[in-house]
Amino acid sequence: MSIVTRRSAITGFGIALATPPLAIPALAQSGDVFRIGLILPMTGPFASTGRQIEAAIRAWLRANPAPIAGKRIEILLRDDTGVAPDVTRRLAQELAVRERVQALAGFGLTPLALAAAPIATEAKLPMIVMAAATAIIPSRSPFILRTAFSLPQATAPIAVWAQRAGIRTAVTLVTDFAPGLDAERAFKERFTAAGGSVTAELRTPLRNPDYAPFLQRVRDARPDALFIFVPSGEGAPLMRQFAERGLREAGIRLIGTGDVLDDDILNDIGDSALGAVTSHHYSAAHDSAENRAFLAAYAAQAPGQRPNFMAVGGWDGMHLLAEGLRRTQGNTDGERLVAAMAGQEWISPRGPVRIDAQSRDIVQDIYIRRTERRDGQLWNIEFDRVERVGPMG
Amino acid sequence: MILLHAIPWAGALAGYWLFPEQLPLLSAIAIAALFAVSLDLIVGYAGLVTLGQAAFFGAGAYTAGILAQQGWGEPFSGLLAAAAVAALLGLISAPLVLRAGELAGLMVTLGLGLMLYEAANKAAAITGGADGLQGVEMWPIFGLYRFDLWGRTAYLYSLAVLFVLFMLARLLVASPFGWSLRAIRGNARRAPALGVPVKARLTAAYVIAAAYAGVAGGLLAQTTSFASLDALSFQRSADGLLMLVLGGLGSLYGALLGAVAFTVAHHALSEASPVFWQFWLGIALVALALAGQGGLLGLARAAIARLRRR
Repeated sequence: MSIVTRRSAITGFGIALATPPLAIPALAQSGDVFRIGLILPMTGPFASTGRQIEAAIRAWLRANPAPIAGKRIEILLRDDTGVAPDVTRRLAQELAVRERVQALAGFGLTPLALAAAPIATEAKLPMIVMAAATAIIPSRSPFILRTAFSLPQATAPIAVWAQRAGIRTAVTLVTDFAPGLDAERAFKERFTAAGGSVTAELRTPLRNPDYAPFLQRVRDARPDALFIFVPSGEGAPLMRQFAERGLREAGIRLIGTGDVLDDDILNDIGDSALGAVTSHHYSAAHDSAENRAFLAAYAAQAPGQRPNFMAVGGWDGMHLLAEGLRRTQGNTDGERLVAAMAGQEWISPRGPVRIDAQSRDIVQDIYIRRTERRDGQLWNIEFDRVERVGPMG
Repeated sequence: MILLHAIPWAGALAGYWLFPEQLPLLSAIAIAALFAVSLDLIVGYAGLVTLGQAAFFGAGAYTAGILAQQGWGEPFSGLLAAAAVAALLGLISAPLVLRAGELAGLMVTLGLGLMLYEAANKAAAITGGADGLQGVEMWPIFGLYRFDLWGRTAYLYSLAVLFVLFMLARLLVASPFGWSLRAIRGNARRAPALGVPVKARLTAAYVIAAAYAGVAGGLLAQTTSFASLDALSFQRSADGLLMLVLGGLGSLYGALLGAVAFTVAHHALSEASPVFWQFWLGIALVALALAGQGGLLGLARAAIARLRRR
């Protein structure tokens, strides 16, 4: 058996090594192209994040077709499946070394962004974090800038608002993983500092959670409000059970961060979401000329879909890169680009934002919104806001 | 004979010069190949199917990663430690798996994998939890060759480790020990009649396979300066089995071939079609499974046999 085995093995091995990779990109090394390596989860459990950001970036390119500082922008999209940080890292490495991109962007979840950070440092490439939200991310490389948000930033305002709205006791219910614990910590800190008390801290498992027993415990504890943070897809079952178990009738208010009532899935959650109060940096219902332009551009790219906070992170990331490129007059040196982008201020579809010059993290207004029905659809209607919230809340 | 062996390895080495911009991918292939070899030892030769091989891969990755994070970044001793920890874990879990019998044993391997995953998730103070292990700093190999951005050192290092361990595995499967494993696979009830101590041999194979997987995991952590929960995930065990079935079960070159084909297809498809690549990969796997038993190696063998007949 062995001779045939070996020979055939050798043939196969030789072919596999000799075949050039299928997709050889047209290597445009001329100086008139600015290449951005975009790494997003396009498949797997977090595919909606990737879909939203990619659509927003394509929409931005459609709305801004003119070359920036003499350079045409080119996007190289890669899928890291959302759950494999070593793949994210390898893709970043390949984009830097083989495709010679001049910037990295995307990064759907915290572990993925952290895995790629050393590559950005070593290759001296600006790295725009458009989605991942754990507070520490920008400190991991001097080349990271963030156009998303951070969890303490989105959480602190709801705690302060709850206190003002007469909520004295609260129970927290979060998913048991890093961002959930971040949210729990930030909420508790702010809420107790303002004089409220957290009577119970519940954590649900990340996989196949059953909310019924947890909600029953909440009902028995009878707090003024229930604070929730779950991954965006989990919002629907949680909201439904909250309504079915009669917690609202028991006088318990539902508060949380906006991820739960993400615009992408809000209409699918349905009426059980009505009346929930959340804090976040973006709502598709935000009333401004910039947001209307964004919605129109997004609708042209992805008809029938509503952009969410992920999409706005992608849109602003493109704006930031373009603005940096303009300021360096087309110079793509990584350090100069980062220096040009840090400290930028502009009016985003979400409202006024600034990239802090020191931390390279985003400073933005956080809105308090209530879920309401308007024109047959559900929207998060902003009714209060906290101005210029820093990344630590 | 020696020449035949030299060709694939010369080809792999030539990849260093042929694809200087693809070295991170080539390193990933070498690591996947080592993982597939570890699975082949236990599944292909000993006939013990497992769904939890990633537990050992992850244990190795975290061992090497945490060592380097805590200030001992010497690569080779890191790999030895990874192998030792994984082997120890194998030794502890082997009685559980072997006791349960075929299908139940499969569930035990799956359960052990899930348990370790959740334990690593919870022990965030040590493993970094869901954020992954941060701050892994490797020392240069022999104090000379730094792990560079282009992945040159990483590839040659991974390839060298794969080569040594592959040759060791060849010796192993050609030895009386290896033949006794095949006897057990063939008929576990008759094997004792031939004087084969079934349980002891299976335990030994399980532990060796665990050590191999541990080294593969250690390589991943060292060459990427990072370890994450994904190293322990069920997906990794499943991918390893796919590579093995793709290449051809029960032959070491089949494991190599499967790892190369799977990783290259995975990479090329996901680059060409970032959204739908899993669909195409699925079609390719189903087609291959229907086209021929014995995986790619089986297909190639059949093709050669046909050519000879002509």
